[in-house]
Amino acid sequence: MHQFFDRKKYPRGAWVGIALIAIALVVLPFALTAVGTAWVRITNLAILFVLLSLGLNIVVGFAGLLDLGYIAFYAVGAYTYALLASPHFDLHLPFWIILPIGAAVACLFGVLLGAPTLKLRGDYLAIVTLGFGEIIRIFLNNLSQPVNLTNGPQGITLIDPFRIGAFNFAKRETIFGLDFTGPVKYYYFMVLLVIVIIVINLRLQNSRIGRAWEAIREDEIAARAMGINTRNMKLLAFAMGASFGGISGGIFSATQGFISPESFVLVESIMVLSMVVLGGMGNVYGVVLGAILLSFVPEILRYTVEPVQKALFGRMLIEPEVIRMLLFGLALVLMMLYRPAGILPSALRKRELEAK
Amino acid sequence: MSSQHLALLTAKGISKRFGGVHALADVGFTINHGEIYGLIGPNGAGKTSLFNVLTGIYSPDGGEFIFDGQPLNGLKPNEVAERGIARTFQNIRLFANLSALENVMIGRHVRTHGNVFGAILRDKKTQAEEKGIEKRAHELLDYVGVAKRANTLAKHLAYGDQRRLEIARALATEPKLLALDEPAAGMNATETTSLKGLLADIRRDGTTILLIEHDMKLVMSVCDRVLVLDYGKKIAEGSAAEVQKDPAVIAAYLGGEVLLNLKGAA
Repeated sequence: MHQFFDRKKYPRGAWVGIALIAIALVVLPFALTAVGTAWVRITNLAILFVLLSLGLNIVVGFAGLLDLGYIAFYAVGAYTYALLASPHFDLHLPFWIILPIGAAVACLFGVLLGAPTLKLRGDYLAIVTLGFGEIIRIFLNNLSQPVNLTNGPQGITLIDPFRIGAFNFAKRETIFGLDFTGPVKYYYFMVLLVIVIIVINLRLQNSRIGRAWEAIREDEIAARAMGINTRNMKLLAFAMGASFGGISGGIFSATQGFISPESFVLVESIMVLSMVVLGGMGNVYGVVLGAILLSFVPEILRYTVEPVQKALFGRMLIEPEVIRMLLFGLALVLMMLYRPAGILPSALRKRELEAK
Repeated sequence: MSSQHLALLTAKGISKRFGGVHALADVGFTINHGEIYGLIGPNGAGKTSLFNVLTGIYSPDGGEFIFDGQPLNGLKPNEVAERGIARTFQNIRLFANLSALENVMIGRHVRTHGNVFGAILRDKKTQAEEKGIEKRAHELLDYVGVAKRANTLAKHLAYGDQRRLEIARALATEPKLLALDEPAAGMNATETTSLKGLLADIRRDGTTILLIEHDMKLVMSVCDRVLVLDYGKKIAEGSAAEVQKDPAVIAAYLGGEVLLNLKGAA
């Protein structure tokens, strides 16, 4: 896989690889529709998790700041979208205005979280961020009085889908004889967004800013002694990661049409963190792979556990939900035992092998 | 007047306490431009504490540093580095999981300006700056003699190379004063000799050096002047030869009782 992306060493291989991936990405939703419409929705959710993981990877993978409350920024983005594009306040701003606003608001919250935690690292930082995530969720749950801001646990309904003029992302239409359902349209939008964000991540990693983050991750005291303003760089990492979370949240709102605080529980933060760790902290491709695997495998299990058991034993022995979590836990334990750096460890180790 | 002009760093009455321990008590000295200034003393004399106070890791309880005509009071470590003081660490603190090249490239951070937008958009200016950073990093690796190990992770370098890499990383910040904390520790005789050559090169190329070192042969052969600390106090200052003969220094190194016995015998 590596040679397909190394444009300097293998220019032809790179273009063939990119073309193949592009074709696969274009055809994928139609192939999935043929299997079942549900799979397009599952794919969209997986892409949302890819976006989230890429955002969290900036904080955890690049800058080495363990964040257990990342889902809070997703919630902030989701609620920003919901409040500005739903009957709740009777505001219906277009999505291309709200998504940047959501990113900016989440970014602000990122800085708000970052500022008091600048001197914390590791376990201590994890605890504070965990608390922050819970605070945001509890606020969302309770801000229905005295002024009904979030509608409390009932959540916000009838959230607008994406619209550009008369083009509505939620409507089914036939273009050039092809059937575009709502999820298929969102799929294309999100794939484009993921590609942009992957490019941003790769460029950030390989820049003066990315190196400063890596320096902080490796040794904060040495980083400061080398003249890196660790305060600003940490805040920047929190802000960047949070704004990606905010954008993902906005898309989540629009695709679901309904959000409530229940979608932003601690388990979601842990899930995103697992994706980053499992895929390979600090490696953009690894993180994408981790997010895709951890989104799809449980879904595939959901559809296969029952028939497989019936075929083997003639009846259901273990509930699908139970076996899913069992296998998920087992997979994580095995991964950490045999590939502690993730499925695709960060590029550095690869480079080192080449140098030897 | 002329000494005022020559002075790069002046320390006045620097004090630092940790609980009841006076790590530094009223230490004062002046380092001139282009000098190699040695800082010696027995273990626990306060040498590294002085480095940490100088580079902003600790703030002093009293006294001040004047560096290049400006006070350093209250500056954070990164601001001290920006002013032009770079350091290495007694227990090497490289970015262990990054390559040697990247370690030096990080040293360029403080002298470059690329921001987030430049990093994302990769405009011409940013690209040119990136190229400059990489080129300079390669030059510095070559300068300290670890060019062949550019792509090796710092933690996999030989010990002597790690020490040299730390010097290269510090030089990347374009310091006026390079503060080295026991650069020869753990080096064999050959490595120490070539380190001596490197220190002479650095001085020749215009960087003043403040050197903490236990290897007396090295100190005596490269340092123009030496400051001796003991229990946080300055006990002697002067040329290597002068300091070596100073009874207070001999006492500090051989132990106070020896001196008393000698006196008793006389």
